[in-house]
Amino acid sequence: MLPQISRRGLLRSGAAAGLLSVTGLPLRAQSRGGTLRLGLAGANTSDSWDGRTHSDTYMIVTAYGAVFDCLTEIAANGELVGELATSWESTPDAKTWTFDLREGVTFHNGQPFTADDVIASLKLHLDEDAKSAARPIVAPITEMKKLGDHQVQFTLEAGNADFPFLMSDYHLLMYPHQNVEEAIAQGIGTGLYKVESFDPGVRTLLSRVDGHYKDGKAGWFDQIEVIAINDGSARMTALMTGQVDAVNNVEFQVEPLLKANPQLALNEVTGNQHYTFPMLTDLSPMDNVTVRRALKHAVRREEMVEKILMGHGAVANDHPIGPANQYYHADLEQNDYDPEKAKALLKEAGLDGLSIDLSVSEAAFAGAIDAGLLYQASARDCGIDINVVQEPADGYWSNVWIKKPWCASYWSGRVTEDWMFTLGYETGAAWNDTHWENERFQTLLKEARAELDSDKRRDMYHEMQALCSKEGATAIPMYANFVDGYNIKLGHPEVVGNVFDLDSNRICERWWMA
Amino acid sequence: MGSVIRIVLQRLALGLLTLLIVSAVIFGAVNLLPGDFAQAVLGQSATPEAVAAIRTQLGLDQPLPVRYAQWLWDAARGDLGVSFAQANFASFTGRVDPSATVLAQIGPRFANTMFLAGVTAAIAVPLAVGLGILAALWRDTAFDKGANIATLSSISSPEFFVAYILILLFAVVNPVLPSLSNIFPGMSFGERLEKTLLPALTLTLVVTAHMMRMTRAAILNLMAQPYIEMARLKGMRPLRVIWRHALPNALAPIVNVVALNLAYLVTGVVVVEVVFVYPGIGQLFVDSVKLRDIPVVQACCLIFAAAYILLNLTADILSIISNPRLRHPK
Repeated sequence: MLPQISRRGLLRSGAAAGLLSVTGLPLRAQSRGGTLRLGLAGANTSDSWDGRTHSDTYMIVTAYGAVFDCLTEIAANGELVGELATSWESTPDAKTWTFDLREGVTFHNGQPFTADDVIASLKLHLDEDAKSAARPIVAPITEMKKLGDHQVQFTLEAGNADFPFLMSDYHLLMYPHQNVEEAIAQGIGTGLYKVESFDPGVRTLLSRVDGHYKDGKAGWFDQIEVIAINDGSARMTALMTGQVDAVNNVEFQVEPLLKANPQLALNEVTGNQHYTFPMLTDLSPMDNVTVRRALKHAVRREEMVEKILMGHGAVANDHPIGPANQYYHADLEQNDYDPEKAKALLKEAGLDGLSIDLSVSEAAFAGAIDAGLLYQASARDCGIDINVVQEPADGYWSNVWIKKPWCASYWSGRVTEDWMFTLGYETGAAWNDTHWENERFQTLLKEARAELDSDKRRDMYHEMQALCSKEGATAIPMYANFVDGYNIKLGHPEVVGNVFDLDSNRICERWWMA
Repeated sequence: MGSVIRIVLQRLALGLLTLLIVSAVIFGAVNLLPGDFAQAVLGQSATPEAVAAIRTQLGLDQPLPVRYAQWLWDAARGDLGVSFAQANFASFTGRVDPSATVLAQIGPRFANTMFLAGVTAAIAVPLAVGLGILAALWRDTAFDKGANIATLSSISSPEFFVAYILILLFAVVNPVLPSLSNIFPGMSFGERLEKTLLPALTLTLVVTAHMMRMTRAAILNLMAQPYIEMARLKGMRPLRVIWRHALPNALAPIVNVVALNLAYLVTGVVVVEVVFVYPGIGQLFVDSVKLRDIPVVQACCLIFAAAYILLNLTADILSIISNPRLRHPK
């Protein structure tokens, strides 16, 4: 299936054009006009324009994807391009980064965009008790210096080659420094669309600004209406009856209906989102790497993709780096289902058989309970007796995850390898959900972070993926696709982003009314 | 008339007591659910420090009776507090938005729910009572049986099923009505009505059977009475017999069942609101329970309980007024 191949790999092979036009329909020219009506899941009555609180599709699409801008942007093909920054460079140790900012940009209230805004906006994430998810990105900045109105310099406590990549994070929105609070309350950004009305958890109406630095490259719709539809069936009905033009999170069960409608099409990409089964390495027998390897060979991955994701995913290889990452190791030897090998590994570990609890709940991911049962069935032939324990969905993340020896979980993935590894795999990290420690991995993590040479970094990240796959403590059977549905009256670029759903959440900017 | 006022006052006092008990039960029940607001809002990213920080800030680290007493004391003075979600958000910006109270949050949602209930009642009550009268009039005819079968099958189906059937018929096969009822401020009354029609029809189908059957039964009950026989014997037309003689005496049970169903329209619309994405109080309630946002849950429950109490009270008063024997007790 297509999504198993990385987009970058395809681009390199030159086969992208034909394959990647998602619908197979002829692409139509971009033109200005029309209203895009989105029906999105992930809306809450507590939503606001505060980037620090954003975590779900609804606000990310409207704020990061339309009303606000970041310093940098990940283009649909995975390349890093400037958004409010035009260029950036670093010292050879990757510790000091200088960004040139775009001139002549104004906020929706008419104020000009300058270096002060960058510094004020990033400082928001440093507040003592701020719970910003982007704090780990901003915290290592030891100094932010304004070199001119349109130049700013960051000094980091340690080298980080990914720093410009991190500046594209959807939390790091740029606000006007004179009135940050007002901007957060009303949604005043530099984006292509300004806020007309905002009813949290219900509806948002945006209109195109006149004269924008992205003119001619993005921002084709005159108006955007974003309707909150958290209920899956209601979302599909709205798309079917033409009341919205695009929806996220298509439920796999209704996909045949959607396909039967000639007016509708699917936009499906494999990104970094993956479903995991983390094992706590400080408990016996999971502290034994041989036992962990046996468990990794005891799962039928293709079957899980077929039955849990209804084919909307790809087989994963027990490491958290996905096809939307820069240094994804596509050629790594695959951990496959092998009962003989699993039995041999158990014997090597001095065990005749293994009996173990696996805690699951639908809170981990849709279908997690069934996935646990499939794991149980495939492991039986490997001499492993998995006892599937159904945990309550309420409080799952607090009471089960990183508490029970083995459970189901998921990661949406991160745009950079370093970020993903630092968050979930570094020794001592709060979300290292296996307490896995590996000296070689730690060394590589630190070295790769400060390495500016792309080839060397690739080698290091490939080795780290191999380490996770062989010795790590997380069984990762599958990547889950992002599946959106849309009306074919929308036109979209040839290459669609795969970092998140809806063209990496930039559908408002990049798509048009055909 | 004095007795009516005494009854009203008595019932209102009892109603307040009921509200107090309801609030205590709900407070306890929500706290019995596993997890709390801090864990729910942080989800997978709940580190022990972050959970503790939110708990301290919202006072969730206080013992349960203390929190309840605090809430009750504020509520008694008309202050239903700030929702946890808003309070938590305020800690990001360092300032509490004065308009972000629970009341401000519930207000527009409650108005939407009342609008839906109003539209539904305007269709359902005349329809049900009319059908009930006609079914009593043409007792045991094809009409009577047809009306019974139709209303009973619609009440026996789950609400979401009725909703999907209506969507299929009126939004997919014959696209005459929108399946999305996302009404918002600034819409004209006509647009609002159009968007509200499908959920209102769904609710109509759900509540009609109960009211219609009760109307029919209440009237038929009276039809064997001597004074009805008398009216018939003097040559009155059957419809007029029902209208003049049976219906006024059957009003009390009818009004009671209508009130019960109206209360249901306020409190039982959760599923219908979710299916049609109608921004009413039911959706807010479900979201708040998921988040363990106790101030909002409490306020919603108080509204629900008050709706039942007040509508039942109204029904009782109306039946007293409609019955001369109760109106002028010896």
